Amino acid sequence: MNKPIRIISILCLVMFVALLGNATYLQYWKAGDFRDDGTNRRVVDADFSRERGAILVGREPIAESVPSDDRYEFQRTYPKPFLYAPLTGYFGYGGAITGVERSQNSVLSGDDDRLFVTRMVDLLSNEGAQGGDVALTINPRAQRAAMDGLEALPGDVQGAVVAIEPSTGKILAMASAPTYDPNKLAVHDQGEWQRNAEQLEGNESQPLLNRAVQTTLPPGSTFKIVTAAAALSTGKYSADSQVPGGATYQLPLTSGESGEIDNEGRDCGSGRIPFAQAMENSCNTTFAALANEVGPEAMLEQAEAFGFNQEYFDDLQGTNGKSLQAVSRFPEEMDEAQTGQTGIGQFEVRATPLQMAMVSAGIANHGTVMKPYLVDEIQSADSDVVDRTEPTELSQAVSPEVAAGLTDLLVSTVSNGTASPAAIPGIDVAGKTGTAQSGQDDVPPYAWFTSFAPADNAKVAVAVVIQKADIPRSEIAGGTYGGPIAKAVMEAVINQ
Amino acid sequence: MSQSPVTFTHRSRRGAELLLLVLALAVGIGAYAAVGLGVQGEVPANLIGYGSWLAALAVVAHVTLRFVAPYADPVLLPVVVALNGLGLAIIHRLDLARGGESAVAARQLTWMTLGVVLFVVTLVFLRDHRVLQRYTYTCGLGAVLLLLLPMVPGIGADINGASIWIRIGPMSFQPGEVAKILLVIAFSGYLVLHRDALALAGRRLLFIDLPRGRDLGPLLMMFGLAMVILVGQKDLGSSLLFFGIFVVMLYVATERPGWLLLAGGLFVGGAGLVWWASTSFPVEAVRGHLAHVKTRFDIWLHPFEYYGEGTSDAGRQLVESMYGMGWGGLLGRGFGEGSPWLIPLADSDMIVAAIGEELGLTAVMALLLCYGLIVERGLRAAVISRDNFGKLLATGLAFVIALQVFVVVGGVTRLIPLTGLTTPFLSAGGSSLVANWVVIALLLRISDFARRPAPDLSTPDEPDQDATQVVKLP
Repeated sequence: MNKPIRIISILCLVMFVALLGNATYLQYWKAGDFRDDGTNRRVVDADFSRERGAILVGREPIAESVPSDDRYEFQRTYPKPFLYAPLTGYFGYGGAITGVERSQNSVLSGDDDRLFVTRMVDLLSNEGAQGGDVALTINPRAQRAAMDGLEALPGDVQGAVVAIEPSTGKILAMASAPTYDPNKLAVHDQGEWQRNAEQLEGNESQPLLNRAVQTTLPPGSTFKIVTAAAALSTGKYSADSQVPGGATYQLPLTSGESGEIDNEGRDCGSGRIPFAQAMENSCNTTFAALANEVGPEAMLEQAEAFGFNQEYFDDLQGTNGKSLQAVSRFPEEMDEAQTGQTGIGQFEVRATPLQMAMVSAGIANHGTVMKPYLVDEIQSADSDVVDRTEPTELSQAVSPEVAAGLTDLLVSTVSNGTASPAAIPGIDVAGKTGTAQSGQDDVPPYAWFTSFAPADNAKVAVAVVIQKADIPRSEIAGGTYGGPIAKAVMEAVINQ
Repeated sequence: MSQSPVTFTHRSRRGAELLLLVLALAVGIGAYAAVGLGVQGEVPANLIGYGSWLAALAVVAHVTLRFVAPYADPVLLPVVVALNGLGLAIIHRLDLARGGESAVAARQLTWMTLGVVLFVVTLVFLRDHRVLQRYTYTCGLGAVLLLLLPMVPGIGADINGASIWIRIGPMSFQPGEVAKILLVIAFSGYLVLHRDALALAGRRLLFIDLPRGRDLGPLLMMFGLAMVILVGQKDLGSSLLFFGIFVVMLYVATERPGWLLLAGGLFVGGAGLVWWASTSFPVEAVRGHLAHVKTRFDIWLHPFEYYGEGTSDAGRQLVESMYGMGWGGLLGRGFGEGSPWLIPLADSDMIVAAIGEELGLTAVMALLLCYGLIVERGLRAAVISRDNFGKLLATGLAFVIALQVFVVVGGVTRLIPLTGLTTPFLSAGGSSLVANWVVIALLLRISDFARRPAPDLSTPDEPDQDATQVVKLP
């Protein structure tokens, strides 16, 4: 009977080798996959139990981990929760992490390869692993001005402000209203977390939404800057040229009043008028006509050169690890009537406040659009800078000459035209108002404002959108509310 | 008469066993101390009492061997003591995670004591394993009764979907653990008598001699029992275990691979039929009854679809087990640094996952090698055993452990569908621990017989009883 016993021992050997092999597969090869699995509570627990790095604005932490005496060792806190919530996001239970907390998770948790040396030192000195710090590009005064400006508006405000440094693409301010308290989403108690999350998610005004990057709206008249850029770039026009004017413009392929564009009472002359007058008075008739002269292809090309139809901003992420940036849209297929409407920022044109700030910043930076970024530096726990973001060009939207011409047009719009609320004494400000039809009868128009200053050597470009506030319809237009916010933000940057 | 042909004599090696036992105790007591240090930050207050108790049990077992089975294999006892000690430490660690009142480890230590007592009793009273051959049919009947017990209404208990438990008052008990020993004894006794008849070749198919049709009786009976367990108790693991033992022993007894093929085909066919019945049997009640078997299979294929909110969460055990083992990685998190309490049943069925999380792949491999050693030592005893009953008994017992480890560890690591078997010597559970100590006692008894110097069978040249003795000069 010994031969079959030997065969059975070989069978047993095979069974044990299979077990050994499978255990190795599970604990060595698959271990990394399990670690990245969002539903793995061990990973969450470990994240909560280690000292996560801080998110800094200047030297001031806007998100930090402090020792906690409950079941986890550290509690994430946000010292200025409402001001910075759209940027920090929150560090919540069960992998619910958003914003910079999410996009810089590997740095903050200390797993990032750039922190390798620090990690080894921690390991050898037997200290708990510490996360790295993330310093943002935000200018705290500008951020404060932006948030205060939004909150000062009457009623339940929905809106956003973005400020960019034109020469680098640094985001200097990014505010969104209404905002929320991320501390409520960083609580350790799962039941409390659940209640808070449901309350915020169920809120009709969507406080968790960062309207500066996540909301696209018709840009309205602020888009006339892009139309003007396209027209100037054809070479047929300069800032001093005469452009088509008139009180009404019948869109091609249409007849009757529904296809007729007017200027809501602003003086746009008749026949041909100076380009400056058209911009100052935000002449719908002029820009609808120019869009058709330029044609849909050139309009699309110009819009895309400013960043439409593109993803370029990854510093804010959702819980799924994907960028929060909504793509601003310019339609690719349209007829002549629709092309005319896109010239004044209607039809299917949609832009985020960030996108409109980039349009201004591109012109302010002599036609070059810089890639916007929010994370300036990565620092080790000992505040050594281990990495710094280098500004990169996104595209050359217009030539420097066209940019100079556009700047002249926009400066006179502030000094003589509709954008006057943003004027700063002693400094040339370039700017443009916008009022975009929501397309729904019960939803009031959206008020836009975008500007940059100083015009010749811009330090800041701003875009403001007021999606909803307790403002009479008649006062939405004309930059009455958006202009002062933009002005306050620009002053905060310039008067450092 | 010629001289005895045996020229090689085994040494008793009890000294080596003692040395290995010291190492084994170092593992068990060291792990217990490490749990205290890792979880509570201090050496447990009762370390000396606990360590002495564990050492006393090991010494009692060792001394018993010295007296009643001096030639028994020296490796088995230390390996078992090490496994049992490690199991106790892990159970204690999970007790601490549950908080003050939980005392599974203390209960397990009591069961271990009972296990060692039965180990000693078995070795002391069973001086010759061949005695067991007398109880072939008693054992067989006992085993069948025990296996059917969980299906008796009133005392059978459904735990985690499978009904392999019986519950009388506060005591719960897995009769299968005892039944597996009785079955191995019954198979050995039966096969040793009927092996010649069963080995007769029937039809030849593809180089393999199939058995004769008239000899299929016992196989079909065992197959029937396995299917009853699968259907009645909804447990693929036990069913596979009992049928597997029988088939392997049948093969070893007859040396006919044909049996293996036939039995393998039968089992796969039977399990397939149950699978079919669980999905599309025309009677709804039957489908519902068998749904558990099907679910286990589905969970094995797609564990993550059965995990988390919005699902039945039936895959939690397996997914948490895999997360835990992945989290442990090569070297483990260390005692007190992991979260093994997230794994349901971490101290019984899933204990290997808890070990994998806190002690890492290294410890899992060491464990598997320990089990491999037990199996190898058992099969070695079978090979060198001088009687066929002993050979069959040792093979059966060794293979029980191999198959049980394969089914449970394979289930925990998602090599095969997860079923509710205990991990020998590690899992919390009295019936399993005690039964496995008896298995080791039987293996040691057989190996003692096999390694003993051969009795001097040569008759003296001149019989002693003669009135006058001739004194031979050298």
